Amino acid sequence: MANFKVNGRSVKADVDDSTPLLWVLRDSLNLTGTKYGCGVAQCGACTVHLDGQPVRSCVTPVADVEGASVVTIEQIGSGRIGQAVQKAWVEKDVPQCGYCQSGQVMSAVALLRDNATPGDADIDEAMEGNICRCGTYGRIRAAIKAAAANLN
Amino acid sequence: MTNPSVMDRIGPAWRAAAGTDMSRRRFIKLTGASGLAIGLVSAGAAGAATPKAGAAKLKPGQQPGAFVHIDPKGVVTIQINRLEFGQGSHTGLARILADELDADWNSVRAELAPAGEAYKDPAFGLQMTGGSNSIQNSFTQYRELGARARAMLIEAAARKWKVDAATVRTRAGQLIAADGRSAGYGEMSEAAMALPVPASVTLKKSSEFRLIGKPANRLDSADKSTGRQTFGIDMRRPGMKTVLIARPPHFGGTVAGFDAAQAQAVKGVDSAMQVELDRGATGVAVVADGFWPAHMGREKLKVQWKAPAELADSRKLDQQFGALRGRDGLPARAGDLSGMAGAKKTIKADFRFPFLAHAPMEPLNAVIEMSGTGDGRRCDIWTGTQFQTIDQVTVAKVLQLKPQQVNIHTMFAGGGFGRRATPTADYLADTARVMKAWLAAGRSEPLKVVWTREDDIRGGYYRPLTLHRAEIGLGDDGRIAAWKHTIVSPSILKGTPFEAFLVKDGVDATAVEGVADTAYDLPIAVSVHHPAVNVPMLWWRSVGHTHSAFVMETLIDRIAREAGRDPVALRRDLLKKHPRHLAALDLAVRKSGYGTKSLPAGRAWGTAVHESFRSVVAHVVELSIEDEAPKLHRVTSAIHCNLAVNPRSVEAQIEGAVLMAIGTTIDGSEITLRDGVVEQSNFDSYAMPRMPDMPPVDVHIVPSGDPPTGVGEPGLPPLAPAMANAIFAITGKPVEALPIRL
Ligand code: FES
Ligand code: FES
Repeated sequence: MANFKVNGRSVKADVDDSTPLLWVLRDSLNLTGTKYGCGVAQCGACTVHLDGQPVRSCVTPVADVEGASVVTIEQIGSGRIGQAVQKAWVEKDVPQCGYCQSGQVMSAVALLRDNATPGDADIDEAMEGNICRCGTYGRIRAAIKAAAANLN
Repeated sequence: MTNPSVMDRIGPAWRAAAGTDMSRRRFIKLTGASGLAIGLVSAGAAGAATPKAGAAKLKPGQQPGAFVHIDPKGVVTIQINRLEFGQGSHTGLARILADELDADWNSVRAELAPAGEAYKDPAFGLQMTGGSNSIQNSFTQYRELGARARAMLIEAAARKWKVDAATVRTRAGQLIAADGRSAGYGEMSEAAMALPVPASVTLKKSSEFRLIGKPANRLDSADKSTGRQTFGIDMRRPGMKTVLIARPPHFGGTVAGFDAAQAQAVKGVDSAMQVELDRGATGVAVVADGFWPAHMGREKLKVQWKAPAELADSRKLDQQFGALRGRDGLPARAGDLSGMAGAKKTIKADFRFPFLAHAPMEPLNAVIEMSGTGDGRRCDIWTGTQFQTIDQVTVAKVLQLKPQQVNIHTMFAGGGFGRRATPTADYLADTARVMKAWLAAGRSEPLKVVWTREDDIRGGYYRPLTLHRAEIGLGDDGRIAAWKHTIVSPSILKGTPFEAFLVKDGVDATAVEGVADTAYDLPIAVSVHHPAVNVPMLWWRSVGHTHSAFVMETLIDRIAREAGRDPVALRRDLLKKHPRHLAALDLAVRKSGYGTKSLPAGRAWGTAVHESFRSVVAHVVELSIEDEAPKLHRVTSAIHCNLAVNPRSVEAQIEGAVLMAIGTTIDGSEITLRDGVVEQSNFDSYAMPRMPDMPPVDVHIVPSGDPPTGVGEPGLPPLAPAMANAIFAITGKPVEALPIRL
């Protein structure tokens, strides 16, 4: 049993302590915007923010989030940076299949929170953990820069 | 058209064999819906498509045959007869119909159609998404539907206003009379519904297109940027359980015995049952409340496996294939090799391409639910699939139902690249087999069968391991005197329903495409060996062109070097009779600066051009070698795909194909087997290209008004050889294998 906050709401997860946060979000809370891609912290599809920091929810046991605050793709657009990122994503027509994009957006928001004017090397470093099999990296890069420009 | 895609050959043959004549389909009204709804049905099935009077109003997706529905508020809902898995047909087909309908684009919605007769590809007679055919084959169909709906709205307005229909104009969802009276499409939708569907309509001239040919953002961009888009894996049904299947470590292996005591002790695990699987295998399905307990339960399962007699092993396959390429295979193209004897120089080259997994980002999954009894028995499946009607028939067989009793609901899919188009319908047949065992156990709850990434990478259906050998004789003047080409590639189509059309005289067309039908004017003879291998194999984005373009395009550069020619100039000479090739090549070359711009020290140009799926793509790359690996600095691409319905989407597909092709060059992008066991299991062992691997890509489109050709795949084949040609320019050493190891 773990008690924590998801998108501002208090939740109790009555699952085995080893259960990754990803499956609590998807299966227990029906927050399916966060995706499963690999289960081993290799693809970033499951990225959420834990007390403001991006984490791979597929390898974060729910016991570790006791008392913490989790924000998912469902809520990230209510913040200023999240909104700017999602707007840029639509304007640059980033998604193809779209399956990786929740994780991409979450990583991009975390990057822009730390670094208001990321250069190419910063973007490479922050986004390298997010796989896009469809090859939207070029548009992601452009969208991050557009969001940064809009925010400054 | 020089070398039609092998997929194009399926259509007429399949149609004839299946006895489906798509030309006998007719346009119909769907009286169950409010507003105006029209669609298509095959002539024989018309009765089934018309709901009885007083029947509950159905949404278009629930009605067989509906394509476009305009509700009284003016919302236009268009059914898409294809899977949307990134390629953009969901937006593209909607725009095609909306253009002829003259709809207000802001009022247009698109939905993915379920499995149904009406949604079969008009050229193939099979509901499918593949061969880069979605826009090509449905372009006219969607225009015809839009134009008919518009004609009915105009006629309804003319009658209401008592004016001649010829004087009523439309503009973005509005009907306008000569005297200025106007009405929205929604207001006129019910009246239009009372009118017959016109037997013929005049389609727009291309100069009249308002949406077609103009860049547009995707309809699903916002949902996909905010987590709102629902994929197959997100589907849930009341009471549903989640299933993970323990599959044998070897293809075709079986369960000798299993102990589920520890698995069943896991909190949330319901049960474990032995199930039949694809290719005669058996496995153990773990049923649980959610993914994690199913996963934990599967980990705790103790299974004794019985291996099949034949265990594939990469080292042995390399030897076996290598020996084969020294011998002539089945003739795939005859050619005059008499020039070889007098050749002044010869080039001998051996190539190797590994097994590749598709690895779509969304692992395979399906939700299955049974309901009703007797004749009313039905099976509902929610899944992302490229092959709805093949799946429907296969699932029906497993569950002993009629195909009409199986409803396949097409879900958005997180990629596919061919993996969701299996002639065996493997993952859906397995889903049905699990349901069969579940029913036999006296249970009936809906089930969601999910593949883990490990299941996906180790699950087979790979691009085949393929070897090539080329022996090229050059004359005094550098001219190509003779070219002997041997391919060793297992057949992906033998034993499938496609064998009858695509395997001719033993030659699987998908193994030789791009060589046997090369656009280059060459004295080439091609033969092929199709060794049998105990590994499931399948088409993989751009199919045979994944290897044939690499071979052909790198050899052209080697010939150019031997002959002292510029590789672009040599291509232009050999492609004289192919204006679309020349147009794409010239555009990419011009935009790249090749031949005019000088590159920084250490960088080289690499060029390749290749036709596939009726389109031609040329890439010009700038590349250097850093830390003993190729580094791409820029890719300039040009595509000739005739009319680009949505140029923004065409650009996206080229960018995506470039990245996927880069993926085939990076170290670790290879599936290998040892004693029958796949050695890779997840993205830590099967490498994926990542953000730093993506160079800037500039895409240019050759202007054309001709009917659209393929876009999803043609960008992939010429990229890796363009890279290899740049490496060859730098090192002088030819690249003869993927992934690239320097
Ligand atoms: S699912 Fe968590 S990183 Fe891939
Ligand atoms: S958009 Fe398909 S995986 Fe990124």
